[in-house]
Amino acid sequence: MTDVFQLLVAGLSIGSIYAMAAIGFVLLWQTSNTINFAQGEFVVLPAFVMVLFLTVFRFPFAAAFVATVIVSTLLLGLLVKKVLVERLLKMGVLPLVIATIGLSMLIRYSLQQFWTPLALPFPAIFSRQPIRVGGVIFSSEEVMNVLSAAIVIGTLQLLIRRTKLGWAMQAVAQNRDLASVLGINVSRLVGVTFMLNAALTAVAAVLIAPVYLVKYDIGIGIGLKAFYAAIIGGFNQIRGALLGGLLVGLVETYSAAYISNQFRDAFALVILIGVLLLKPEGLLGIKEEWA
Amino acid sequence: MSLLEIRQLSKNFFHLSALSLVSLSVEPGELLGLIGPNGSGKTTLFNCVTGVLRPSRGHVLFKGEDITKLTADGVYHRGISRTFQLIQLFPEMTVLENLLMAAQERKGTLFSRLLRRDETEEMDRALNLVEYLGLSGVKDNLAANLSYGQQKLLDFGMALMPDPQVILLDEPMAGVNPTMIKALVTHIQDLNAQGYTFVVIEHNMEVVMSLCRRIVVLSQGEKIAEGTPAEIHDNPAVMDAYFGT
Amino acid sequence: MRGWRTLGILVGAVVLLLFPLVLEQYKLYLASLTLVYLILAIGLNLTLGYAGQISLAHAGFMSFGAYAVAILVPLGVPFEGGLVVGVVIAFLWGLVLGFPALKVKHHYLAMVTLGFNIIVFLVLRNWESLTGGSFGISGIARPRWGPVRFQSDRAYYYYILGWTVLVVASAHWILHSRWGRAFRSIRENEMRAEVVGVSLRNYKLMAFAIGSAYAGVGGALFAPLLTYIDPGAFTLDRSIQFLMMVVMGGLGRFEGPFLGAVVVTLLPELLRASEGFYLIIFSLAVILMMLFMPKGLVEIWDWMVRKMTRRRHGPAHPPAPPEPAAVLEPK
Repeated sequence: MTDVFQLLVAGLSIGSIYAMAAIGFVLLWQTSNTINFAQGEFVVLPAFVMVLFLTVFRFPFAAAFVATVIVSTLLLGLLVKKVLVERLLKMGVLPLVIATIGLSMLIRYSLQQFWTPLALPFPAIFSRQPIRVGGVIFSSEEVMNVLSAAIVIGTLQLLIRRTKLGWAMQAVAQNRDLASVLGINVSRLVGVTFMLNAALTAVAAVLIAPVYLVKYDIGIGIGLKAFYAAIIGGFNQIRGALLGGLLVGLVETYSAAYISNQFRDAFALVILIGVLLLKPEGLLGIKEEWA
Repeated sequence: MSLLEIRQLSKNFFHLSALSLVSLSVEPGELLGLIGPNGSGKTTLFNCVTGVLRPSRGHVLFKGEDITKLTADGVYHRGISRTFQLIQLFPEMTVLENLLMAAQERKGTLFSRLLRRDETEEMDRALNLVEYLGLSGVKDNLAANLSYGQQKLLDFGMALMPDPQVILLDEPMAGVNPTMIKALVTHIQDLNAQGYTFVVIEHNMEVVMSLCRRIVVLSQGEKIAEGTPAEIHDNPAVMDAYFGT
Repeated sequence: MRGWRTLGILVGAVVLLLFPLVLEQYKLYLASLTLVYLILAIGLNLTLGYAGQISLAHAGFMSFGAYAVAILVPLGVPFEGGLVVGVVIAFLWGLVLGFPALKVKHHYLAMVTLGFNIIVFLVLRNWESLTGGSFGISGIARPRWGPVRFQSDRAYYYYILGWTVLVVASAHWILHSRWGRAFRSIRENEMRAEVVGVSLRNYKLMAFAIGSAYAGVGGALFAPLLTYIDPGAFTLDRSIQFLMMVVMGGLGRFEGPFLGAVVVTLLPELLRASEGFYLIIFSLAVILMMLFMPKGLVEIWDWMVRKMTRRRHGPAHPPAPPEPAAVLEPK
């Protein structure tokens, strides 16, 4: 029985990281109809940047973290928006999809070629000391991951619910034309969303790096999980992406432990396909339509 | 029985109500005008009737059949066609192709459309329409390369192509020069005399008042008046909606 | 114009027929592979280019054809029988997969197909009794018609060429029917298409399933070409490669897959010297192309065709009126 609880925390820990990537993904879709196929690499690149700041420049941890978030926001947020999105957004969904596929390959193989094809170790952020509650032993790293993710996601929710920026984002997500009529600068909002997403993925990067090690190709898996999470939960709901992320993390952890490690990816897929068959707009999703 | 009946139709966007509890009916052979200030919900009403948008509440009945839940192609198959305020064409197709496209789905099955290559009947109709609308000179031009007025006419032609029972016209005269407006008015009256039923959204009051025998007025998503042109003209609520605070 | 096109097709046909006489073994293999990829790209162009349905499972559908042939031929089924089985499976899975995804917007289809490709890969790898697991199936025989065998590389090239002609002709036939026009209408203005009675569901399903069936044809021809297949040949990466082919060639243009298949198959060979940089150069090329040539390589093609015809006949089309088009993009 203790396993069940340990795995619960482990699943929530990895799930909350997926959820962060998924939320960023959903935000991009909502404000700019961008399906970001490079979302996984958006997590990997900051992880490498963090390693750079920690081991090469020997920054203290907090400084390295802040620097990573800033670099990620500028590079993957502002730059990507200015160079790729601004130009391609007018041309519909597809060119941008292809461009983000190109971008994901560019980041992945540049890291492999110019940095290292090997896995880099990443220092543990939180102590690896186990926590004992009753008879159950939890990894404190996992508990802290869940808490950190909860704080970040909670802050984001407040931002979206309570601020003018969040209100504008909701309006654009609902109806782009109406939003322009209401005086919202959609282009700038898209830029802000890209920067928010990049900050989110940077946080996810720092949390996931000690778990997975830092390797150029781990983005493929992370990106996939973020997709699954977004679809399972609902593409147009932040709460949905959160639920989806946690669900994917839990299913993956439990199925790897109890059923088969080989098929661990398959079970999340089974849920995905079930959701698409029965409730294609996602568990918490709302049907989209022309307006 | 009314040809088209709209019952208590409502549509909400983002906490805003675009239409609330609108009811109206269209009789066979009628030429009904639909007017109202900008943003009063006229186009939204068309979108809800034609299946482009799904109404939040209420029903649309066509010849007694509830068509509220049909998708746009289903509505089209029943015999309701429309034009668009912001012209919607197939820009990379020629004028003739646009017209043929508007007719090809009306008859036959999915597979007969793959196997049956003969298109003379539709082509005859398209050529007649092109002639009728004065687009003969540009019939092989891409729709994207037409002037605004020509695009408007093509949009109108596409609505006629399937031989529909009701045609919804969304501001057919907007941005069109006076000569063409005259031509369009003649066309509509002509076709109405032949038995086509029309619902027309139009801002040009002069045109609406002379064209329609019955007018419905929307304001802020609600129906505020209905009657003959004279009744509408003298209705204080209508004046209020247009010029009031 | 027409005369030029006939001439072009004739020259192309002669060149393709002469290839085996002049090319050495490896280059002949590349030519055969390019033809197989062309078949796959034509299928995906139908799905994505004409009907706007993104599919990331093309390699998965391809595997149905490849494994059907690899499994059935040793049991005594003629190659063409195996091919038909593979194509039917691909077509039916195309329908199954398309159906739920088409109820909602296109990004879901991208996700479903992406997931489907991964599932297919996992099944191929783990269903060892049928697929040989990660070792795959080797010694796949090439087709034979009684005494006529297509065993040599040269003979098999001609066999593939025959199928390619069939695929090109059938795609042409479909695209020049009312279906082709309906596909174009969906791509150009989905909302308007629905408002002229186009059943988005029916046409998108058909475009998706037919495109998948073509992938089955390509897969069936692919297996005996290599004489060996394993799950690694049908990964998501391969699907993305097909996607690139179609987009780089030119979406929704008949010439597109020809250009895309040639470039994506042969570019790696040309960039071989750069080794690991190939993928970096390739991904940069993709991004730059989307930015500056979003319609694909057909833009260059069109430019060349215009130049050629203009020199002979003066302007091919009357110049467009200066007034900007007022047609709005569909939302």
